[in-house]
Amino acid sequence: MTDPHPSHSDTVGPVLVPDDDAEDLYERAPCGYLSTTRTGTIVRVNQTLLDWLGLEREDLLGKPFTDLLSAGGRIYHETHYRPMLSLHGTVREIALDFVRKDANRLPVLVNSRVVVPSDGGEEVIRTSILDATHRREYEQELLRARRRAEASEARSAELARTLQSSLIPPNLPVIDGVELGATYRPAGDGAQVGGDFYDVFETDRHDWIVVVGDVRGKGARAATITALVRYSVRAAAIRQHRPSRILADLNAVLLHHETERFCTVVCCRVRLEDDGTVRVTMASGGHPPAVRVGPETAEPVDVTGTLIGVVEDPSLTDVEIRLGPGEGLFCYTDGLTEARRGREMLGMEGLLDLLFAHRALPASELTDAVVTDVMAYQGSRPRDDIAAVHIRVPDLDAPLPHASAVEGRSGEAGEPGE
Amino acid sequence: MEVAQRYNLTVGGVDTGQPMLFAHGFGCDQQMWRYVEPAFADRYRTILFDHIGAGQSDLTAWDADTYTSLEGYADDVLTIVRDLDLHDVVFVGHSVSAMIGVLAANAEPDRFAALVLVGPSPRYINDDDYVGGFSQADIDELFGALDSNYLGWSSAMAPVIMGNPDRPALGEELTESFCRTDPEIARQFAYVTFTSDNRADLEKVAVPTLVLQCANDVIAPEEVGRFVHDRIPDSSFELLDATGHCPNLSAPDATIDAIERFLRSRPE
Repeated sequence: MTDPHPSHSDTVGPVLVPDDDAEDLYERAPCGYLSTTRTGTIVRVNQTLLDWLGLEREDLLGKPFTDLLSAGGRIYHETHYRPMLSLHGTVREIALDFVRKDANRLPVLVNSRVVVPSDGGEEVIRTSILDATHRREYEQELLRARRRAEASEARSAELARTLQSSLIPPNLPVIDGVELGATYRPAGDGAQVGGDFYDVFETDRHDWIVVVGDVRGKGARAATITALVRYSVRAAAIRQHRPSRILADLNAVLLHHETERFCTVVCCRVRLEDDGTVRVTMASGGHPPAVRVGPETAEPVDVTGTLIGVVEDPSLTDVEIRLGPGEGLFCYTDGLTEARRGREMLGMEGLLDLLFAHRALPASELTDAVVTDVMAYQGSRPRDDIAAVHIRVPDLDAPLPHASAVEGRSGEAGEPGE
Repeated sequence: MEVAQRYNLTVGGVDTGQPMLFAHGFGCDQQMWRYVEPAFADRYRTILFDHIGAGQSDLTAWDADTYTSLEGYADDVLTIVRDLDLHDVVFVGHSVSAMIGVLAANAEPDRFAALVLVGPSPRYINDDDYVGGFSQADIDELFGALDSNYLGWSSAMAPVIMGNPDRPALGEELTESFCRTDPEIARQFAYVTFTSDNRADLEKVAVPTLVLQCANDVIAPEEVGRFVHDRIPDSSFELLDATGHCPNLSAPDATIDAIERFLRSRPE
């Protein structure tokens, strides 16, 4: 027989001190131990847990496990812990608060498992308990940091929305004899300031400026440029009559500004004539073509022009059109035409179809209807901002518009204007 | 999304049988009925579902505005009932779903034949003479317990836990996901549940009702169950010799027997 505990003098190497007193291993383990019946009555508890709680053994034996818990912990126990144990026989890493004898809380992490004892007796639930006081403090700190981050994000989104709303006019002016409609939709959830904008203002009696533009980029820097563009156009509109000159002035401002950013803009001078028609003089700085919407048509108006803020001497021209009763001019940003559904893009053709379908609507209803349709087309939050303005001469003789089905805009699907 | 996927519907039993709709409470999911539902599958058409935000339901169908009160959940029950065109429904609701069933049955009594309320409570927080069992401070502590435990939740788990028909969850994952969901959803469901007050809805119940009460329920004490029984006109009361809030898990046989007795006692 070999000596199971060889003495120091016999061998070279570490001395193995046996730690095989099962009772002591249980009672003075570095974690709490607890056993309950299947229904939760405490049948055994180790000394470590009793010391942590400041309780005597007889305080706990025969008592329900839930007596150890805070009221909130009891609800959690009944709604989560017990069902998990019941259906899966084990639960891991559940955070609970035990109530000490002095009513203070002991934050713990518990693992439990249903066990059939080796003697084949009644099932018991064995639970090991780790003191999680410091871990819980740290977790609370993490939680607070997370809440602060969420609150800060919410404030930043709020700031973005407020800033954004300052970049478009709060109300559209009322112009006798002209209908105006305008819509703005931010990209995503609106938590970031976009670069699209529009503006409508009066320069003289019967004389108005309508601007729709798109500053490349997003966020606070783009917003400052958007603001700069907006008031530069307003200032230039006092000095300059022709929209091409207004845009040339704007180009000079942007070029001499420290920013690298540029923009596309369409600028219209809108004049109500004595005969009730509207004369629109329009220049475009690289902006998507405006669409002329009539009782029987929806067609783009080609105006060429260079991007604003890129070259010293941009090529800009003025184009003049006249709008009669029932006719309108629709200006927008590329958030509309570049709306995507899967791999497909709405495109100019898609926009013309929508405008044709809604051509009989008053201006404000038309912008809303078109933007709503494009949102539906995308099926989710828009990836880009959308700004749209519609200028229209009311058709006082026209019958009330009816909810029209989408028809072909070249008239193949029935009587035009119906 | 189809109703069946949105609520992770499990339809079993006899196609032509009377429908029996099982609703789980706050905390876990339809697995809570695993030991009870099979006992009725030989005669009834059994329907189980997960509330939006729980189990394998479509988490994207949850939104904070819809689920600000139990009515949002009752509307979901009615959506299921209408979608499957169920009539004569025996509604079996556990915990907070007992009151959700009351609201649904009050809204469309013609659809329901009977209510079985397991561990119901019309109000959890004490109020003057009414004893609900909890103070506001107790409920605040529950949020602490939820917050601590949902630290174990990470967004990496979301795709596992969200119903994903293309990728059925594995057994291990189901074990992990059971009783776990997005903390924001769980928090609001807890808030809606434990601050609800549906005492006034009880006397409006127009269908025969069974109140199933556990002898030692730390969430819905016996006097609360008796209160529910007193207020619902055509109701019976059964006290189960079971500990805890979930007799459907801890005492399924007694639960089944009590429901059978109640259903037999009702003329067709």
